[in-house]
Amino acid sequence: MKLGKTLGAAFVASVSWACMAAAQTELTMWYHGAGNEAESAALQLIIDDFNASQSDYTVMVESFPQESYNDSVVAAALAGNLPDILDVDGPVMPNWAWAGYLQPLNIDEAVIENFLDGPQGYWDGQLYSIGFWDAAVAMVSRQSTLDALGLRTPDVDNPWTGEEFAAALEAAKASGNFEYALDLGMPWTGEWYPYAFSPFLQSFGGDIVDRSTYATAEGALNGPEALAFGNWWQSLFVDGYAPGTSQDPADRDTGFIDGKYAFSWNGNWAALGALEAHDDVVFLPAPDFGAGSKIGAASWQFGVSATSENADGASAFIEFALQDKYLANFSNVTGLIPATSTAAAMTDNYASGGALEVFFGLSEGQAMVRPVTPGYVVSAKVFEKALADIANGADVADTLDAAVDEINADIERNGGYGH
Amino acid sequence: MASINADNRGLRLAVRYLVLTLIAIIFIFPLVFMVMSSLKPDLQLLRDTSSIRAFLPVGDISFDNYASAFDRVPVAKFMFNSLVVTGTTVIMSLLLCSLAAFSFVFLNWSGRNVALSIIIATLIIPFETIAIPLLLFVSKLPWIGMEGLTFGWLDTYRVQIIPLIADGLTIFLFVQYFRDLPRELIEASRVEGASWWQIYTRVVMPLAGPVLATAAILKFLAMYNQYLWPLMVVQQETYRPVMVGLQYFFQLNTAWGEIMAYLTIITVPVLAFYLVLQRAFIASIASTGVKG
Repeated sequence: MKLGKTLGAAFVASVSWACMAAAQTELTMWYHGAGNEAESAALQLIIDDFNASQSDYTVMVESFPQESYNDSVVAAALAGNLPDILDVDGPVMPNWAWAGYLQPLNIDEAVIENFLDGPQGYWDGQLYSIGFWDAAVAMVSRQSTLDALGLRTPDVDNPWTGEEFAAALEAAKASGNFEYALDLGMPWTGEWYPYAFSPFLQSFGGDIVDRSTYATAEGALNGPEALAFGNWWQSLFVDGYAPGTSQDPADRDTGFIDGKYAFSWNGNWAALGALEAHDDVVFLPAPDFGAGSKIGAASWQFGVSATSENADGASAFIEFALQDKYLANFSNVTGLIPATSTAAAMTDNYASGGALEVFFGLSEGQAMVRPVTPGYVVSAKVFEKALADIANGADVADTLDAAVDEINADIERNGGYGH
Repeated sequence: MASINADNRGLRLAVRYLVLTLIAIIFIFPLVFMVMSSLKPDLQLLRDTSSIRAFLPVGDISFDNYASAFDRVPVAKFMFNSLVVTGTTVIMSLLLCSLAAFSFVFLNWSGRNVALSIIIATLIIPFETIAIPLLLFVSKLPWIGMEGLTFGWLDTYRVQIIPLIADGLTIFLFVQYFRDLPRELIEASRVEGASWWQIYTRVVMPLAGPVLATAAILKFLAMYNQYLWPLMVVQQETYRPVMVGLQYFFQLNTAWGEIMAYLTIITVPVLAFYLVLQRAFIASIASTGVKG
């Protein structure tokens, strides 16, 4: 009798469990972090917590390598095989929204009120995606180098002017202690160019496209300010301050640590390595060339695919993931800048007095998102090519004019990209 | 006079071996660099690239990169997937393409020259140009399997195999080779009453060793190096091949040592396959004039 009762109870429990499992809707999610164990573990923690927190949905993640992630998503969109939740690179988001891969994100926007600009994915007046983190670039140097060259130590409130920066490069070159004064990371082709170098253009007063209309690059990329930027950019290589496009990639990774460069324009992801190598590393803000000191904002974000039949569940997961404890944990394992100041205070590196605290200030005070337009994916490549050509000695005005023509032709071909 | 000739011969031989040695070094150094770099930590690896140390097992040598590569990527799974896809495709390609070539060379049917011309013309069409139409096609194809009738081949082995079995180059190689076989052999077999299938299996294929080796090596390389197609049609890690796996190592801070370890591991099957078939491959190249 006792055995019968036990078996009966077990049967009822298993049926209940099976019914509950059957009632749960599976949400598929694609993520770009394959191969990054720490990042994947941090994401899995959020997923596990979400799955345990409610009984309506179960999130299942499929990770892709970052280098090929966008191609996989575009191919899946063509084949009509997108998941519910998509991971998207911030500057690419408008293109995917415009192309119909994403739908507006339906979350309580009060939750993201205190988020940095970089992780917020707005396009066409609607929120499409939101990220956990931002990344920032700084002029990496050593205090001993600044002191030896007799240079002022700039900070976020008082960055170097263009003239001060020019004097700093000249002093480093004249000292004879370095192979080059400045390492810009020229071998990092691709998105590094618009992300890292277009803020210089914006600091001169130009831009990749005219952001007031997003209908043209005329004036923004070939106006007087852009020409001044182009001439300055070319002078860095012609005058021997920075290695050009043929820079050895190995030197990009180890050159500053080995003392080959006085200054290195690099991101917060490389900061801990520099700090391990030298105890007097300083992270300086970008120079102000007249229109303010600027750096690029950068974030991968989460959105809901346009074909998802479970948008409510997908949005619920994304909103769940935006809690400070998860943002902080994500920052701790990846080294990236958490999206909120409250999460930053909970981290090892970005809390007050943390080794990378300065980067949160840079992101908060200077970061500028790349042009928020579906056409960015094309104009970014045009901009990259123009910068490489100018670095290699091409005529500045002709190159920028040609870049403007190419960007405008693309905008026209695509009917203005919906702006 | 004779001694002068001998000296010249010796000198010529020395120069020839010197040139061949230099060429061999040029070809083998990237492999040496790959293996040596796989044993070094990233910082040392990058510093060594500017000196001869890059080709020497010096400094802080260990197998740590191999352990880390296995931790980061399911190497065994990706290798298994690649070998299943590559092996199946190579075997089926040799069978189907040799049958097609046999038909073009020995059977008399109207339109065969036009058909062969069209197939050979496909050699100039890059795969990238047909990749998207092919993707749309395979994403809707039916299949009957354990789950009954389903539609869409994405995330399977078959989508990586079936569309790539037949190709113009392999058919062309077989056609060229079959054309050089003595026609008398075929005619004598027909007179003796052999069927076409018997001629294919008992006369032609036993003589086709060199072209089989060549086609197998070229197909093996093409399939083992597949990147774009699996990237487009495989969304689950379960079915990913080794070349897509290589992308796992390119993070914000690229793990160069692990990349070299992974490359060393995945290069082994290619070298082994080539070494097994190299004699027949060289014989076939010499006879057909085809360059791989």
